[in-house]
Amino acid sequence: MIQPSVETRGLTRRFGALTAVQDLTIRIEKGEVFGLLGPNGSGKTTTIRMLCGLLEPSAGSATVAGIDVTVAPEQIRQRIGYMSQKFGLYEDLTVSENLNFYAGIYELKGDARRRRVAAVVSFVGVGNRLRQLAAELSGGWKQRLALGCALLHEPTVLFLDEPTAGVDPAARRSFWRAIHDLAAQGTTVLVTTHYMDEAERCQRLAMMSGGRLIALGTPAEVAAAVGGRTLEDAFIILQERDER
Amino acid sequence: MMPHLGPMVRKEFIQMRRDRLTLGIMVGLPVVQLLLFGYAIQTDVRNLPTVVLDQSRTPESRDIVAAFQNTGNFRIVAHVNDRPALDRAIDRGEAQAGIVIPYDFPRRLARGTTARIQVIVDAADPLASQAAIGAAAGVAEVRNLALLTRAAGRSVVPLEARVRPRYNPGLRSPNYIVPGLVGVILTITMVLITAMAIVRERERGTLEQLIVTPVTKTELMLGKIMPYVGVGLVQMTAVLLLGRFVFAVPLAGDVLLLYAIALVFVVASLSFGLFISTLVRTQQQAMQVAFFFVLPNILLSGFMFPRQAMPLFFQWIGLALPLTHFLKVLRGILLKGVGLEALWPQVAVLLGFAVVMIVASVRRFHKTLD
Repeated sequence: MIQPSVETRGLTRRFGALTAVQDLTIRIEKGEVFGLLGPNGSGKTTTIRMLCGLLEPSAGSATVAGIDVTVAPEQIRQRIGYMSQKFGLYEDLTVSENLNFYAGIYELKGDARRRRVAAVVSFVGVGNRLRQLAAELSGGWKQRLALGCALLHEPTVLFLDEPTAGVDPAARRSFWRAIHDLAAQGTTVLVTTHYMDEAERCQRLAMMSGGRLIALGTPAEVAAAVGGRTLEDAFIILQERDER
Repeated sequence: MMPHLGPMVRKEFIQMRRDRLTLGIMVGLPVVQLLLFGYAIQTDVRNLPTVVLDQSRTPESRDIVAAFQNTGNFRIVAHVNDRPALDRAIDRGEAQAGIVIPYDFPRRLARGTTARIQVIVDAADPLASQAAIGAAAGVAEVRNLALLTRAAGRSVVPLEARVRPRYNPGLRSPNYIVPGLVGVILTITMVLITAMAIVRERERGTLEQLIVTPVTKTELMLGKIMPYVGVGLVQMTAVLLLGRFVFAVPLAGDVLLLYAIALVFVVASLSFGLFISTLVRTQQQAMQVAFFFVLPNILLSGFMFPRQAMPLFFQWIGLALPLTHFLKVLRGILLKGVGLEALWPQVAVLLGFAVVMIVASVRRFHKTLD
């Protein structure tokens, strides 16, 4: 049996009286582009943060690349890449300084580092902006830089939390092309979004609402399960149900 | 060992270089503070503006007024003709002292009965008036002594105490203030800067990205404080050099020893700032907590006010502050020229403080978001 890239069992996180994620069980295979879809507050970000070891689960378990997140969160770090919702790099550092800082953090040295940084620079296409401060980059370029920094150590699992929020359509399209390239090379990608066109590009989706898993499957299966003709219908049905 | 420390420190230096405002404050603060404290703050008050009401107008009375003026504590600004005018001058603050010499002053002096003069001092500010009060008593005493020796037919005084103010023979304020200032400036900048350090990364969202990397929390915290150890030692050098060449503050002892102990003090202050960083959620809170800590340091450490004069309870609080101990080291080495044989208790306390603070902050800091 092939080991899943990410697996959760009854994963739950409570913040005081609020249950942000409740009893989530999913399984993501290697090389899959898996989407977490749901309105704001449905528990997508909390789920990703638990899988990255940023938050401890209140109950349940999760493994990433075969390692239990509650038992050995430190061992996971070398194997995962993470892009947070908010730009998480240093705005007062240049593009090149950010890349080299993270390369150093991932213990890349000498020639290996130069080669890897150069490869990432060409993959995300920031070659012309290496000397620019990150603060001066537009949304799309920031997102490319963040992706680059998350890829330096060639992670096996990539977590992307609303990576394309505030990015123009052309930049979004090229970003998704990059995502599929990575998946084709065997990287597992878990991405949260609330753009329908992006959700359609995922191989499988988990639709979340109020911290619970509502539907799981291909985009068409998820739409049908919620009772909409398209994914967009399904999403609106959910959102209206939440507001009541 | 600690493979991620190098990149952390390098990153911190780049950021420090880019943040011109903070850099300016770190360099400007010692210089401005030193000039302020060195020039403006003098605890010995001289030239108190004084009005004179001389009712007798005789050579004897003019003689005694001159004696007052010669102490250097009184500067005669006006002569008045009646008591209400003198009181008015003091009430309005035109003068802070008044000397009243009654009609019968020369007559009583000649007759051998006690001749009285009255000195009125505005004591609303005790520090300012103290010197004048002492000087007034001194004037009378010197006069008495001269009169009595002459009356007794002796040419020398029977007793004299020779006081030698050791370590600061000129009783100069800068000799006392400048060494203390080294400690105060280090406390303010070191605690404040690191208190903000981790919170700033948390607020900007860069901590979240850092947590998911293999950086350990010890590397993260050390990476934050190490660059500022250098900053602290540069600040100290600036103050010492200015103190030496602008204010002629002596440097009696072993400079190398001073730097070695300062290193311990800097690390203690930095780790305290780091500890604050783990207690608060925002930069603003960090700033408030840091100031809350800095103020007692200035007031209770013995930087400006003698600890011996404080109630026991506040002396104990003072003992819990690293600055109190570092001040003893600074004054001990700079003014007295003593070495480790005299200062080891202070060094031990500083070392203990640094270790406790580092352990406490590493314990409190968790590599998670909540």
